[in-house]
Amino acid sequence: MSKFKKKAQVKQDIPTSSMPDVVFMLLFFFMVTTELRETAIDVQQRIPEASQLRKLLRKSLVTNLYIGEPRKTEQFGKEPKIQADDVFIEPKDIILWVNRQKDLLAENERDQLTVSLKVDNEAKRGIIADVETELRKANARKILYTTLEKKKEEK
Amino acid sequence: MPRSTPEIPNASMADIAFLLLTFFLVTTTIANDRGLSIQLPPPPEAQQDVEVKIQEHNMFKIQINSSDALLVEGNPMSDLSGLKEEIKKFILNKGADPLSSDSPEKAIVSYKTDRGTSHKKFIEVLDLIQAAYYDVYAEQAGVTNARFREAASDLNNPTNRQIYDKGRQGIPMQVSIAEPTKVGN
Repeated sequence: MSKFKKKAQVKQDIPTSSMPDVVFMLLFFFMVTTELRETAIDVQQRIPEASQLRKLLRKSLVTNLYIGEPRKTEQFGKEPKIQADDVFIEPKDIILWVNRQKDLLAENERDQLTVSLKVDNEAKRGIIADVETELRKANARKILYTTLEKKKEEK
Repeated sequence: MPRSTPEIPNASMADIAFLLLTFFLVTTTIANDRGLSIQLPPPPEAQQDVEVKIQEHNMFKIQINSSDALLVEGNPMSDLSGLKEEIKKFILNKGADPLSSDSPEKAIVSYKTDRGTSHKKFIEVLDLIQAAYYDVYAEQAGVTNARFREAASDLNNPTNRQIYDKGRQGIPMQVSIAEPTKVGN
């Protein structure tokens, strides 16, 4: 009998007071390590502002092209460049690139591919027009100039 | 005699933390792509050379040169605030002024830039052109401009489709973005 009594006196609770710390630590770990963007952008991205924005609802149909002055100017020069995925490409490579993007989509959705052009404020129309011409040749004619929402509504 | 130290019960703290975590998990949405959407014309070689005669007064010409200066209908313009109203007036002229458009179907906004024009300026003016059209559409559909654009983004919804069709009826958005000239590069 005395044996049982002895056991009953031992505290059997798991200490839970440190549990929030563990949870917070996990939360912070994931917050810090989560990367929402899958590619590192190597061109300047000062996105222009506009008021008449349209949303693209189907993310799977959107593919991005980044245009702007390279961040590493000593390595790539000051001329605006086109970045697709992780590499700089020339306008002539765009048709190939578009076809590769289309291959990733289901057959019936290929014509709905939207190219989102993320262009820096200071980039010139020349390079963008070259890109547009190639996109027309590649038959990827839905494009979106990504912009930020203008703060004040002018009337 | 040792006094028991007062303690706040903290076993439920984990629940609170989890609750917060779940709340943020649920409410966080990764930002959708937003911007000005346009449709490019078909490839250059696919277009046959058909002579299309467009009457001068059915075109609203906007030009920007390599130093970002604007020319609207042949006149220099430095203040952009009135441009939207001017485009709206042009679209909805319906033959009232013989020097402006005959009908919304025939009205074309011609937008020409230079290779040296900055993207910022290009977007600023394109935004005004689209604003003029969306304002007209929204008015015809009887909704606000923001509501109309929301409807146009999601056409699978029948209500949205209805608003969109009603707004656009008889007024196609004809914005011709011409190949840039080659002065500055």
